[in-house]
Amino acid sequence: MKRVLAHVGLTAGALIMLYPLLWMISASLRKNTDIFEHPGLIPEHPTLGNYALGWTSTGTSFGVYMLNSLIICAAVVIGNLLTCSLTAYAFARMTFVGRKTLFGLMLATLMLPAHVTLIAQYSIFRKLDWIDTFWPMIVPSFLATDAFFVFLMVQFIRSIPVELDDAARIDGCGYWGIYRRIILPLLSPALVTTAIFSFIWTWNNFFSQLIYLSTRTKLTVPVALRGFLDATGSSEWGALFAMSVVTLVPVVAVFVIFQRRILAGMAHTGLK
Amino acid sequence: MIARLRQSIPAYLFLLPWLIGIIGLTIGPMLLSLYYSFTDYALLNTPEWQGLHNYTALFHDSRYLQSLKVTFIYVGVSVPLEMAFALAVAVLLNRGLKGLAVYRALYYVPSLLGGSVAIALLWQQIFGSDGLLNDVLGLFGIHGRGWISEPGTALWTLIVLRVWQFGAPMVIFLAGLRQIPDEVLEAAEVDGAGRWQRFWRVTLPLLSPVVFFNLVLQIIGAFQAFTPAFVISGGKGGPSDSTLFYTLYLYQQAFGNFKMGYAAAMAWVLLLIVAVFTGLNFVLGRAWVFYGDEGVRR
Repeated sequence: MKRVLAHVGLTAGALIMLYPLLWMISASLRKNTDIFEHPGLIPEHPTLGNYALGWTSTGTSFGVYMLNSLIICAAVVIGNLLTCSLTAYAFARMTFVGRKTLFGLMLATLMLPAHVTLIAQYSIFRKLDWIDTFWPMIVPSFLATDAFFVFLMVQFIRSIPVELDDAARIDGCGYWGIYRRIILPLLSPALVTTAIFSFIWTWNNFFSQLIYLSTRTKLTVPVALRGFLDATGSSEWGALFAMSVVTLVPVVAVFVIFQRRILAGMAHTGLK
Repeated sequence: MIARLRQSIPAYLFLLPWLIGIIGLTIGPMLLSLYYSFTDYALLNTPEWQGLHNYTALFHDSRYLQSLKVTFIYVGVSVPLEMAFALAVAVLLNRGLKGLAVYRALYYVPSLLGGSVAIALLWQQIFGSDGLLNDVLGLFGIHGRGWISEPGTALWTLIVLRVWQFGAPMVIFLAGLRQIPDEVLEAAEVDGAGRWQRFWRVTLPLLSPVVFFNLVLQIIGAFQAFTPAFVISGGKGGPSDSTLFYTLYLYQQAFGNFKMGYAAAMAWVLLLIVAVFTGLNFVLGRAWVFYGDEGVRR
C-alpha cells in the first residue's frame, strides 16, 4: 500500500514538474488564438504552421542559427577533450616542480566567478579583433580553461592502475605513448561525459554569445531566440514556442541517447 | 635543482595549453580587471586612475544596493528550498522502488533545460497575467495576477524557476545515499531507532559530505545567475528593479553604459562575497560534516 502511495506521489510530482514543458509543445502546435484558451494539453486543431512561420520570421533562417551553434559546440567539445585530457594526464601521472601549487591553482579556478575575468577578457578579445567572431567562445576550450573537466579526468585517471603505465614503459613507451595508448582509451567514459556536458552547456550558454556576437547571420540559437520577440512582436507566441521547442530538441536528444552516462557522470562528480 | 627542472620539461609540455590558458585567460585578466577596477575605463579611452572611487561609489549607488538585496534573497531562499526538495525526493527514490531510473531521469530533465533561453521565455508566459498559472488557478476559482509584471512577486517566479531544477543536486544525493551500507541502517533499526531517528542520526550524518558539496556548488552557482532574469525582464531587471540580479546590473554597467571600471569593481566585490560564503561553508562545515574515516563521533 505504501509503495502504491509512493508511486502515485512521485508520478504526480513528475507530472507537475514536466507540465510546463508539455504545455509548451502543445502550445507550439496551436493557432495563436487557441493558445490562451485553456490550460489543457490537447490542441483542438493541431497545426505545424508555427514551425514554418518561426523558422523564417527573423529574416534569417533558423537553420543558420542552429548551424552556428553546432559549429561552436563541435569546436568546444574537441578543444575540451584534447586539452583537458593532456592537462589531467600531467597532473595525475607526472612528477614535476611546482605540481602541488599548480594543481591547487587549477582547483581554485573551479570556484572562480567568471565575472572576475570577464571585463578584461572582453577588452583583450577586442584588441585581438575577435568581437563578433566565434573565437571568444572556442579558443578558451583549447586552453583547458574548464577546470571542472580537468578535475573530472584527474579523478578518473587516478583510478587507472599505475602498473599499466609501468608495463607500457618497459615496452618502450614514453609519456606521450602512455597517454595515447593506455590512458586515452581507458579514459573514454570520462571523455564521453566531458563531450556530452561540453555540448549541452555550450548549446545553452547565453551570456558569452550575447556579449560577443552581434551580426545577425552569426547569431547562435539562444541569442536568436531571445531576439525573436523584438523581431516579431509579442503576438507570435505560437511561433516563439515552436522555435523554443526546436532549440531544446538537440539537448533532449543528447539526454535521451546518453541518459545513463549523464546521470552517472553527475553522480560521479559529487562523490570524490 | 637544475636536474629536477629538466625532468619537469615533459610535464610542462603536456601542461602547455593549460598554462597559456591560466596565464592568458585567468590570472592575466584577473590582474587586469583588478587594475581596471581602480580606473575610469569606457573601453575606447585609456583607463584613468581613480583610486578607490569605484568601490566607494558602489555603496552610494542605490541600484547596486538593490541588486545586492535581490541576489541575497534569491540565493537565501532558492538554495535551501532546492536542496530540501532534492534531498526529500532522493530519499523517497532510494527506497528500492521499481522504476527508479525513469523517475530519476524525469526529475532531472528540468535541470538540463532550465538555464536555457527557451525556458525563460516559457516562464514569462506561465507567470504572465494571461498565463498558464492563472488559467490553472482559474479552474479553482482563484483570480490570479501578473506575477511577473508586479514587483512584489517577480523575484519569486525566478526562485520557483531555480527550485524547479532540483534534479541536479538530487542525482548527486541519490548517488551518496547508495554509498550508505544497508547494515548500518539495519543495525540502527535493531537498536530500536524509528524511521525519523534513522534519517537524522544515521543517514544525514553519513550523507553530510555530499550535502556540503551540493551546498557549496549551488551557492556559487546561484550568486552568478543571469539568463532567466535577463530574458524575462527584457534585460532591465524590472519591474522596479525587483529582479535586478547582481550579474545583470554588472552587465548593464559594462555593456550598456560602458562603465568597465565600475563593472570590474563589482566583479571583485562578487568574488569577495563568493569567497566569504565558500570559506564560511568550510569553517561551519567542520561542525556538521562527518567523514567516515574520522572514526565514529558520539
